[in-house]
Amino acid sequence: MNQTRKSAQPLLEVKGLKKYFPFKRGPFSRQVGHVRAVDGLDFTVYRGETLGIVGESGCGKSTAGQLIMQLLEPTEGEIWFEGRNLSALSKEEVRRTRRDLQIIFQDPYSSLNPRMRVADIIAEPLKVHGLHKGAELTQRVAELLHLVGLGEHHLHRHPHEFSGGQRQRIGIARALALNPKLIICDEPVSALDVSIQSQILNLLKKLQKELQLTYIFIAHGLPAVKHISDRIAVMYLGKIVELADRDSLFANPLHPYTQALLAAVPVPDPTKRKERIILQGDLPNPANPPAGCHFHTRCPHVQEICRSKPPVLQSHAEGHLVSCHFPVHEKVPD
Amino acid sequence: MSASLETPAASVPMQQTNRRAGKLRRGVRSLLKSKTGTLGLLIIVAITFMAVFAGQLAPQDPAKQNVAQRLKPPMWLEGGKPDFPLGTDNLGRDILSRIIYGSQVSLLVGICSVIIAGLIGVFLGLVSGYFGGWIDMVIMRIVDAFLAIPNILFTLVILSVLGPGLVTLILVLGITNWTNYARIVRGEVLSIKERDFVRAARSVGARDARIIFTHILPNVVSSFIVISTLSVATTIILEASLSFLGLGIQPPTVSWGGMLSDGRDYVATSWWIATFPGLAITLTVLGIIFLGDWLRDVLDPRMKQNGK
Repeated sequence: MNQTRKSAQPLLEVKGLKKYFPFKRGPFSRQVGHVRAVDGLDFTVYRGETLGIVGESGCGKSTAGQLIMQLLEPTEGEIWFEGRNLSALSKEEVRRTRRDLQIIFQDPYSSLNPRMRVADIIAEPLKVHGLHKGAELTQRVAELLHLVGLGEHHLHRHPHEFSGGQRQRIGIARALALNPKLIICDEPVSALDVSIQSQILNLLKKLQKELQLTYIFIAHGLPAVKHISDRIAVMYLGKIVELADRDSLFANPLHPYTQALLAAVPVPDPTKRKERIILQGDLPNPANPPAGCHFHTRCPHVQEICRSKPPVLQSHAEGHLVSCHFPVHEKVPD
Repeated sequence: MSASLETPAASVPMQQTNRRAGKLRRGVRSLLKSKTGTLGLLIIVAITFMAVFAGQLAPQDPAKQNVAQRLKPPMWLEGGKPDFPLGTDNLGRDILSRIIYGSQVSLLVGICSVIIAGLIGVFLGLVSGYFGGWIDMVIMRIVDAFLAIPNILFTLVILSVLGPGLVTLILVLGITNWTNYARIVRGEVLSIKERDFVRAARSVGARDARIIFTHILPNVVSSFIVISTLSVATTIILEASLSFLGLGIQPPTVSWGGMLSDGRDYVATSWWIATFPGLAITLTVLGIIFLGDWLRDVLDPRMKQNGK
C-alpha cells in the first residue's frame, strides 16, 4: 500500500495553511484578537486515495475544507493543486479550476436550494460552465441521477420531497456533474440516520472506484472514516497531531489525543473491556491557545517541556507522522 | 436503498410537455381551494375592471357639479334619488361615479409606487446584504438618512418643489418607501447567504450575479410580497393624506384620498361622502392582502405540496 503511494502522484499539496478569523468587540468594532481556526496545516493528498481528517468540533477541519475549496481566503499558506498554486490564480482561473474540485456538504437540508427543482440543481454546474445544452444536458442530468441511485422521475421534484439520504445523493450528483478529480466530503453522513450512513458511504466508495476520484473525507469521529480512508489525519486546535496510514493509526496510535479518540469508540462486545481514557476539561479557546503543545492542558502524560515548547509534526515510522514530545508507545518517565 | 421504494407515488413519470399546463392548472386549483385567495382575486379583478371601464360604468360625469342636488343621501335613505345611488357630495357630484373614476388613480398610485419602491429596495437590499463591507455601509447609512426624515415631510418638500402631478406623485412615493424593502431584504440575504446551497453554487463556479438572482432572490420573494401588499395599503392612504394637504392629485382628477378629505367637513352631517371612498380603500387593501397571502404560499414549493 505504502509502496503504491510512493509511486502515486500528489494531487493536492497544502503547505503551511493558516486561517485566522478576526473578532471584534466594543463600540468601534476594535479588533481584539483572532480565532486560529486553522493554524499551520501541511499535508499531501495523492491521486486516487482517500484522506480522512478527524477532529472534534471547532478543531478547524471544515474550515480546512472550505479553504481548499477556495470558499474562504487563507490568512497564510499555499494550496497546490496539480502543480498550480490556487491562491495565486485570478478569480476567473479559480472559477475554471472548480471543475476539478468539488465539495459535498454536511447538512443536506441546507445544501439544496428549496426553490429549485432537482433537475436544475444538478444541471447548474453544467450550465455555469456552459458544458452541455438542450437534450444533451437533460441526458447528462439523468445519467448523474442514475449514478447516485435516483431515477428520472425525481427530476421535477423539489428538495423538500426527499429524505435526508436522497437529498445527500442529489448533493453528490451535483458534485459529480463536472467530473471533478478531488471531492471534499465535509461530514457527508453525520446528519443522516445510521441506517442511511452506510448506504451513502458505500455509494461514495463505488463512485470512487468507477470514476477514479480522490477524496478528502472530513468527520468528527474515527469510526466514520475507518472504512473509507486510506490515510487519516487527526486534528486538534487547528493543527494536525497525527497523520498515518489507516491501519497503523488504528493499530499503533502514537499521540495521546488519537489514543483518547480511539478509546472513545464503543466496542460491541461486553467481554472485551477497553481501558478508557477520559480527557479532562474542554477544548481550549482557539483564540488563545495554550502555550507549548496545544494539547498539554488535557494530556494524561503531560511533562514540563510540553507546557513551553510546541512539538513539531515529524516522521516517527514509515509514513507515520506525529506531533508529540513523548509519543505514547514510549513509556513516559514517571 | 431503492429510491423508487421510498416514493412509490413517483412511479408514473411526469411528462415534460404536460408540465407547464399542469403547473397552470395546479395554480388555478390551489387558488380556488384558498377561499381568501379567491376572494382577493375577485376583489382585485372587479376593481381593475372598474378602473379600466370607468367611462362605460359610471352613471354620471364625476366632475359635474350640481348645486341643486348637493348633499343628497344614498338612494335607500329618505331624500335619496336613484340618479345618485350613493348620494352626492357638497358640490352635488355623484359619489358612485367619483368612486369608479377614483379607482384609476388609487390603483395606479398604489401599485406603481410600490413597484418602484420594491425594485429599488430589493435591488439595494440584495447588493448590500450579499457584498457586505463598505457597499453595505454606504447603502445602510443612506437608509438611515431616509428613516431620519419623516416620510410625509420629505414627500411634501419634493412635491412642493416639483409641483403636484400623477407621475411625480408615483415617483416620490416610490422613492420615499424603498427603505423598508432594503432593510428587510438585506436581513434575509445575510442569513440566506450563509446557507450551504449558496456555498455549493460558489463551489460549482457560479458568478455573483447568478448566485444573487437564481439562488438568493427567489428565497426573499415571500418577504417581499408580504411587505409590498401591506405597502400598497399605506401608499393609498398616504396619497389620501397628500391630497388632503392639497399636494396630491389635483382636481378635477378624482382620487379616493381626495374624496376622503372632501368629506371630512361633513362627516357629522353627511357621512356618506367620506364613508364610501373609505370603504373602497379598505376593500382594495383587503383584496391585495388576501391575494398576496395566497401568492406567497403558492410560490413556495413546500407549501404547494401541502395543499395537495
